[in-house]
Amino acid sequence: MSAAVDSSFQTPAPAGRDLLVLDHVKVEYVSSLGAVTAIPDLSLTIRAGESYGLVGESGCGKSTLLMAILGYLGPTGRIANGRIVFDGMDVTKADAAALARIRGRGVSIVYQDPNAALNPTLTIGRQLAEVPMLHEGLDGASARARARRILTDVHLPDPDAVMDRYPHQLSGGQKQRVVIAMALLANPKLLLLDEPTTGLDVTVEAAVLDLVNELREKYGTTLLYISHNLGVIAKVCDRVGVMYLGDLVEEAPVEELFARPRHPYTRRLLACVPRLDSDKHTTTFLPIPGQPPSLGSRPRGCSFGPRCAGFEPQRCGMAPIAEEETDPGHAVRCVRWRELDQFESRDKEHVAPASPSAEKVLEAIDLSKVYELGNAFFGFSSARQLVANEDLSFDANKGEILAIVGESGSGKSTFARILAGLQDASGGKLRVLGEDLSRMPASRRTMEQLAAVQMVFQNPDATLNPSHTAGFSIGRALRKFGIARSRKEIDSRVRDLFAMVRLSPHLARQRPGRLSGGQKQRVAIARAFAGDPKMLVADEPVSALDVSVQAAIVNLLLQIQARRGATIVFISHDLALVRHLADRVVVMYLGRVMEMGPVASIFAPPYHPYTEALLAAVPVPDPTVKQKHLRLEGEPPSPINVPAGCRFAARCPRKVGAICDNTPPPERDAGGGHMIACHIPIEELKAVTPIFSADPGQVS
Amino acid sequence: MTATTPDAAALTAAPVERAPPSLLRRLPHSPVAMVGLGLILFWVALAVLAPLLPLDPPNKQDLMALADPRPSWRHWLGTDFKGRDILSRLIWGARTVLSVAPLAALSAYVVGCPLGLAAGYYGGKVDTLISRLSDIILSFPIIILYVILIANIGPSALNIVLAVVLTAAPGIARIVRGLTLEQRHLDYIAAAQLRRENALYIMFVELLPNCRGPLITDFCLRVGYTIITIGILGFLGLGLPPPDPDWGTMVKEGTAMISVRPHMSLFPALAIVSLILGFNLLADGVRELSLRE
Repeated sequence: MSAAVDSSFQTPAPAGRDLLVLDHVKVEYVSSLGAVTAIPDLSLTIRAGESYGLVGESGCGKSTLLMAILGYLGPTGRIANGRIVFDGMDVTKADAAALARIRGRGVSIVYQDPNAALNPTLTIGRQLAEVPMLHEGLDGASARARARRILTDVHLPDPDAVMDRYPHQLSGGQKQRVVIAMALLANPKLLLLDEPTTGLDVTVEAAVLDLVNELREKYGTTLLYISHNLGVIAKVCDRVGVMYLGDLVEEAPVEELFARPRHPYTRRLLACVPRLDSDKHTTTFLPIPGQPPSLGSRPRGCSFGPRCAGFEPQRCGMAPIAEEETDPGHAVRCVRWRELDQFESRDKEHVAPASPSAEKVLEAIDLSKVYELGNAFFGFSSARQLVANEDLSFDANKGEILAIVGESGSGKSTFARILAGLQDASGGKLRVLGEDLSRMPASRRTMEQLAAVQMVFQNPDATLNPSHTAGFSIGRALRKFGIARSRKEIDSRVRDLFAMVRLSPHLARQRPGRLSGGQKQRVAIARAFAGDPKMLVADEPVSALDVSVQAAIVNLLLQIQARRGATIVFISHDLALVRHLADRVVVMYLGRVMEMGPVASIFAPPYHPYTEALLAAVPVPDPTVKQKHLRLEGEPPSPINVPAGCRFAARCPRKVGAICDNTPPPERDAGGGHMIACHIPIEELKAVTPIFSADPGQVS
Repeated sequence: MTATTPDAAALTAAPVERAPPSLLRRLPHSPVAMVGLGLILFWVALAVLAPLLPLDPPNKQDLMALADPRPSWRHWLGTDFKGRDILSRLIWGARTVLSVAPLAALSAYVVGCPLGLAAGYYGGKVDTLISRLSDIILSFPIIILYVILIANIGPSALNIVLAVVLTAAPGIARIVRGLTLEQRHLDYIAAAQLRRENALYIMFVELLPNCRGPLITDFCLRVGYTIITIGILGFLGLGLPPPDPDWGTMVKEGTAMISVRPHMSLFPALAIVSLILGFNLLADGVRELSLRE
């Protein structure tokens, strides 16, 4: 039987053959208001064995394209024109049975959210075995045997145990591995991956990307990888297509695209991506002006025209732009790609970062936050403790940006909430402008203390009350902080604040439902600055935004900070972004500080082993940068009942020995305010090679 | 230094996405809601116009009709066992139902919403106290509770309102509590706390307005239930004191002669059904519309 199972893995399709051809595909969504074109005219060829990446920001039609390939556009979508030929068969003309065959054995898909892809009521083994039973008619035992083998292939520890578990018993990264295993079980010729690592921690993401690369080599599966993250695309793809408003605006081999982007949109997108080799003093993000138009109001001619600095009505705004080949394999839809240098230099934005002073405005001294867990019902309580923050000691100067980085569960948000006054600490001190606020939640702070420390939150959709206008909460803040009293005064102040965050004042009267994510976050920044704060706590303020919007918000924050001289505590998981904007960095893991120091010192040796692993996992949007390969085993452990020694010991690739498990590590001074909490002597830490090295052969 | 960027100009000019029109304005898109609204407005119009309509006074006895109380040109829906015009009594009775039922439901909201907000916002002991009390009240068979209450405090419009408040408020509190818990940890609540808004402000200005969608649906349903309740109380002899017309009482009075003169019970029963149906259809339509957003 096992021999039969083995032979069922088909040999990879011969490389170079066209596996998927999209020929002038037009996709529409039909509603009672008429048809809206999501994809006007898209042609694309994916050859067998290659890994094709599609990048674009939200709303650019990536997912619509995926669904069109699967022949699954839903009741309102339809392919109005063109052909989608998969492996010699036209998907647009296929009947239900043929589509089921394609979806089962030809194309598999891995979605973004593994929780939605797995059935919570069935064991992993049952769900996996279903695939070959359904599509190949295998009996239960051999289907399970194959499921088990594929689980081994995706490097899940102890596959037998995983088979018997339910989805909720696995971590996010493990679940995504199971979903990938499930997709591979159907033995597809083409694997569609729709943002499979978005939402995973960076170390877990890196491991999943390694897995994708490894499986691709092993099975010769063709990949179509969709992502908004250029760094991820650079890591796993051979060829890249850039989508904007349903158009494929540029297509090139991956090195070529990152080295010589030709389309103004691609170039601006790349100029918005934070890079690990530059910071706010050397580069300024170049956000894309305006917002993408809605699908209903597609511009005539070039879809990017209204936002392009080089837009010429006569040449760009009349007819759809034809595709032009600039180099072999590199195609672009821009009539002015030869004249890029004539218009691109015009709109350089200059952001002068604030210069920090030596005045200490924030000082955390052995700050701790412990949650007593356990069910207090009927007086039974277990002695479980969740240590969210332990012995945090660091400080920040006036006008400085202090970044706190770490993966989920590191306790960085808990610190932010204590600082803002949404929680109180359970130990230690937190001096803000000379006063200890560690046990002073918002309800006990004075109005001045509240106005002095304000917060910008992560989720743009939850930051404004949907029942009130955008200007409402700003007006309330002005009134509460005693800055303006009369209605007229408040209105004029709100207008000023809207102008400060570059929003049209008439938006103040709109409800949040009418604003885009970036606009909502601008309103939130305006609200935080209503009381002229001395300190701004920004908890992942841009992580839910598209990269071009993120760039604009970061520029805005830097400008406002320079003008107002506020200190910013910037919480983030994005190391590249932190590299760009921070002055000093604190790296946290499971509630403790692992390393801290000036931003440049964090990104160069000596590294804390955890920082080193984080940096090695960062997806770098530049395929020429060589990154040291270093992966962490497993995932961050639970912060409940943590070990006595170093928090990172269980996953540390450079663990010294038992001392790491038993004894908290010493704080080693690496000079220049750079501290590393590790048992490894500083000389040894200094001896490692840098994580990043540019390939000298290629300079972009 | 801070040169205006192209970004600024473009953002200012950025077209604002058209928001979906308010629920009220979309109501005509739901045929179900429109039928429901039509039924309700039919009764409201009759009730409002009652004094202007060429009707017999509701308590006037037409002794001539006693011989044959069946529907006739003189009495379109017939007369009851005392010779009173049923159509007139239905229309005058609609005034009672349409004032007592919405008033009772509204009063229940006035009591239930703050309780639910407090339970959801404060949590802990406040929540435990309010939720357990609600559970106790809700665990009673509701009709028995009504009977006990009204039998003790006596039948009157005010007492019916009180009884409805006592029995409906816990259910409303439970809904509001759930809706509050969903929002309690959202960032706009945190933002309000960071400018030290007091608890009442957060509950009524920040939290309550976002509960309105489900609450409008629930209100329509609850008015319907209250009409049933008033009908049942009338039927059990605990309705509004005679001789003023009460739909439930009318059904009950008709039952004695139901085998020979079914119209005496049938027409009031149909009136109750149509009005409840109206509120339920409106509730369904509103819920459908809010889900379509």
